[in-house]
Amino acid sequence: MTSAKIPALNRRQALAFGTGAVVATAFAFRTGPALAAKPATDEAIKAFTRGKEPVRGKVKLELPEIAENGNTVPMTVSVDVPMTAESYVEEVMIVAEGNPNPGVISFHFTPSSVAEANTRIRLAETQNVIAVARMNDGSVFSDVRQVKVTIGGCGG
Amino acid sequence: MADVKPRIKLDKKDVAKGGIIEVKTLVSHTMESGQRKDKDGKVIPRKILNKFTCDLNGKTIFSADIESAVSANPYFQFKIKPEETGTLTFTWIDDDGSKIQATEQIKVA
Amino acid sequence: MVRPLPLAFTALALVVLAGAPHAQDMPPGPAAKEASERPAWQAHGLKPQNPNSPFDEVVSGLYFRSKETQEMQADDFNNPGFLAVEQGEELWSKVDGAPGKSCASCHNEASTSMKGVAAAYPKWNEKLGKPINLEQRINICRSGAVKAEPWAFGSSELTAMTTYIRTQSRGMPVAVKVEGPMTPWFERGQSLYYQRNGQLDLACASCHEKNHGKYLRADFLSQGQSNGFPVYRLRDQRLVPLHERMEGCMQDVRATPFQPLSDEFLALETYVAWRGLGLPVETPAVRN
Repeated sequence: MTSAKIPALNRRQALAFGTGAVVATAFAFRTGPALAAKPATDEAIKAFTRGKEPVRGKVKLELPEIAENGNTVPMTVSVDVPMTAESYVEEVMIVAEGNPNPGVISFHFTPSSVAEANTRIRLAETQNVIAVARMNDGSVFSDVRQVKVTIGGCGG
Repeated sequence: MADVKPRIKLDKKDVAKGGIIEVKTLVSHTMESGQRKDKDGKVIPRKILNKFTCDLNGKTIFSADIESAVSANPYFQFKIKPEETGTLTFTWIDDDGSKIQATEQIKVA
Repeated sequence: MVRPLPLAFTALALVVLAGAPHAQDMPPGPAAKEASERPAWQAHGLKPQNPNSPFDEVVSGLYFRSKETQEMQADDFNNPGFLAVEQGEELWSKVDGAPGKSCASCHNEASTSMKGVAAAYPKWNEKLGKPINLEQRINICRSGAVKAEPWAFGSSELTAMTTYIRTQSRGMPVAVKVEGPMTPWFERGQSLYYQRNGQLDLACASCHEKNHGKYLRADFLSQGQSNGFPVYRLRDQRLVPLHERMEGCMQDVRATPFQPLSDEFLALETYVAWRGLGLPVETPAVRN
């Protein structure tokens, strides 16, 4: 993000930006480099990658931008690699950095499965959900999505 | 939980070698997270299904380590590339050690 | 149970619902963009069957929900409500009580005998001299012919059986009768529907008639139709019967809720079913 180049806004623009900011933030997370901010999440990822910095890409995490309810959020993760006996995705870990415990689920794949899975997860608040994939040669890839979770009101 | 009957759906049960079967599973379970409190303010102890496996003829081909952030009545959808004809065994393991299990027969030509 | 309500909810509720005479003139807030991502609920409306209907279009709650939620309901396997349908199916032929009877002993196959039945509930019961809903009908059978303990309201058994029986009417139009002895119950339901309640001073109609298709804080308001109940709520991660949902609404407006299966909720259930005349039964629906 080239935040230094953003010019000063007048009040009207600032207001207009305010409404767009939510969208801009979501977009930034899609392309931005920052993976994990929270220590517990960071630790879980480091343990999983055995200290390696995951490369962005290959993994695709699909989540709604706005969860209808945080208690049941449909999620799909897939890794775009061929699955052969020589080269395959071993494991994909999903972590939610804003949950009381960041761990969500880990999928273990084999050459006899396709690197793709779907489930429904609980998200305690608006937060980043991170997927990290580890190949059988130890290389690691990641993706991140921000999900907005609304609390309170009739559904809360 | 002994009488829990999981729902399992395979999009096909008969594939050519190298073919893909899509599997959907749904099982009834409250997945008590250990984060909730009862009316008296006491924490309700965690009780979840913590492990799911899909075996073909006794060999695990897909599995998941499950945490309390998976919603109640866990749903899994995944794809397998079975190498041989045989029995798919689906197992869910509860925190209390009990198991929910189901099987399906598939044919690989 | 009294939950503290966030201040913003209270404030917005008062502005949008109580204060503003024309909520549609409200300036668009941050929710406006999200609203544009909502499915076009208007495209799914039915012409009201009844000239006295308060709606130009009668629309199922399904079309007020997100794409993901609609997809979860659309596929019978993905829909977690079917866990209750299967539980109900097992209970249907499970023998209980001294005479050794199950529902199936009298009613045989539910897919035939129960087809369309639930779409007409609540229904006048001559013997009791009042309308009964499906939960009450099930328990009359249990304490009568089956000679078993009635199931408690909210028990997984009663909700599963209600869900199973209603699913036999899936796709059939809601067809409650409000004539004859039902008229006073219909009228009572109607007056309850428009009666303001609780600390927020809101009526059912404040949200579900005047403001459906708009946001109340984070909630995208539906018409409050009952055609999908019992519904699998993403929030509760289980099947929720209609009277429990109505209790929840009353708590949300900081009112003391009526009791499940009370005359008040029976009258409301009758009236709300009439507001959705012709909508297809969707049980088990998926809602937020």
